[in-house]
Amino acid sequence: MSTTLTRRQRLSRLDVKASPYLYVSPFFLLFGAVGLFPLIYTFVVSLREWDLLKGPGEWVGLDNFAAVLADRFFWNSIFNTISIFVLSALPQLIAALLIAAVLDQNLKAKTFWRMSVLLPYVVTPVAVTLIFTSMFNEADGLANNLLNLIGVADVQWKHDTLASHLAIATMVNWRWTGYNALILLAAMQAVPRDLHESAAIDGAGAARRFFSITIPSIRPTLIFVIITATIGGLQIFAEPRLFDVSNAGGIGGANRQFQTTVLYLWEMAFFRRDFGEAAAIAWLLFLLIVLFGLLNFFISRRIASAEQKRGMR
Amino acid sequence: MSKRPGFLAYGLLSAFLIGSAYPLWWSFVVGSGTNATRGETLPLIPGGNFIANAIKVFDAIPFWKALLNSIIVSGVVTVSVVTFATLAGYAFAKLRFRGRDGMMIFVVATLAIPTQLGIIPLFIVMRQLGWTGSLGAVIVPTLVTAFGVFFMRQYLVDVIPDELIEAARVDGATQFRTFLTVAVPAARPAMAILGLFTFMATWTDYLWPLIVLNPSNPTLQTALGQLQSGYYVDYSIVLTGAVLATIPLLVLFIAAGRQLISGIMAGAVKG
Repeated sequence: MSTTLTRRQRLSRLDVKASPYLYVSPFFLLFGAVGLFPLIYTFVVSLREWDLLKGPGEWVGLDNFAAVLADRFFWNSIFNTISIFVLSALPQLIAALLIAAVLDQNLKAKTFWRMSVLLPYVVTPVAVTLIFTSMFNEADGLANNLLNLIGVADVQWKHDTLASHLAIATMVNWRWTGYNALILLAAMQAVPRDLHESAAIDGAGAARRFFSITIPSIRPTLIFVIITATIGGLQIFAEPRLFDVSNAGGIGGANRQFQTTVLYLWEMAFFRRDFGEAAAIAWLLFLLIVLFGLLNFFISRRIASAEQKRGMR
Repeated sequence: MSKRPGFLAYGLLSAFLIGSAYPLWWSFVVGSGTNATRGETLPLIPGGNFIANAIKVFDAIPFWKALLNSIIVSGVVTVSVVTFATLAGYAFAKLRFRGRDGMMIFVVATLAIPTQLGIIPLFIVMRQLGWTGSLGAVIVPTLVTAFGVFFMRQYLVDVIPDELIEAARVDGATQFRTFLTVAVPAARPAMAILGLFTFMATWTDYLWPLIVLNPSNPTLQTALGQLQSGYYVDYSIVLTGAVLATIPLLVLFIAAGRQLISGIMAGAVKG
């Protein structure tokens, strides 16, 4: 009798001790195997000659990195990535803030308006690209037809560098602006209403209240939105891959005028079959994303805290 | 009480709505018209060719197979992510064990890591295992996410009172029983939201399925990409494909739009 009790107690103690580890271990084992290990092993691949078909070859130290850093196509892809990122992130953030501020009013049919801004989010990036590729058709697409209507000549959306970046940024903005507006709206709703009311009594107008109360109050969320937009924006692939496939074979334009870095990585690995250099590109892009993330974090913290100081006065 | 917003607010939202909806409507109008419809300046009225064009889409790509593949991949990944995230999230939120804080910091630190950049070793491994071309190769790399664990932990830390777990323990329930009877019912709303977002994210993924699957056994996204691979592009067929592929998510959106919105807004406050 007493032995069964202690055995039970021992079992129960073991249960309490071991269970937490059992619960977290599937995550760590799987994440380690398919998330972290490939990322680290990318570095090992980048130190070797490694052909897609022939497999691993000699160890070459940092030669692959040197080759990539001397490659003008690599720098071209970095320029395109950053250009498309800036063209999408900035207007998107401003529009999302504006939409969120409007949704934050005491609207009729709240749910309807909230759902309406989220509609583009259900269209996948591939479908978005097919739709907008057709709209930005140079000969007779919707975009040029509308421009002609107001007297502007046809724009070479698929051949001109800046125009193609604008077209791709439009796709990104169309899909993500409403989504980000809802995130910002949630943060705005957490701002105490009496803060606004007392400022209104003090004679502050709507614009003034927006800049000196709303923006500083939603700072953490603003930073969150900027960081996630950075991580996603610098890895853009489907849009440049499928924009103008018939002329450029899907590598980002006849002159690579809209080839992003992930697209170049894909070309290097699976068209040119050079896994070594492709792995080096992956690592360099990884560093760029971390760098940009940190940079944006500090800049947005600065800007927001400057706003707050002004708001205090 | 703040006053009702005026015409300007509704005008702005209506303009945004038109901008959001018209590209989709336009795709349907062109998809149901002829290749000449696309050349019109602002076509508004659909034609009668949608079904004919849809049949051309089914001829050009293995649409139904791709749809089924996408449902299988997204379904399995969603169940796996939600299950493992709830288990780990519960342990981090409510159980005490050595190394917990360190492990949680690790989870948060990996949130921002673009694991997508590990595709080259992942491809090498999948080829060695002989998995390339099979759905398993698409499913396995996304079976868990750090975001899921983080999200469930943040949710569960507030909603389950410690006394409830203590009471279950005093009653002699095993740890796993406590998890099933106390944690899972409390976690259900968050599990639904996490499931919805995981499903969407898996459904939209393009790069990895494109690398690891064959054109004959695609997901919906890679099949859709094939539609304009020819030298001559018939846009009314391409757009019909885009509309057809959007219908499943549109249905999901109409059915679960409110949850989607509250999920986005909840994630924002926590994150």
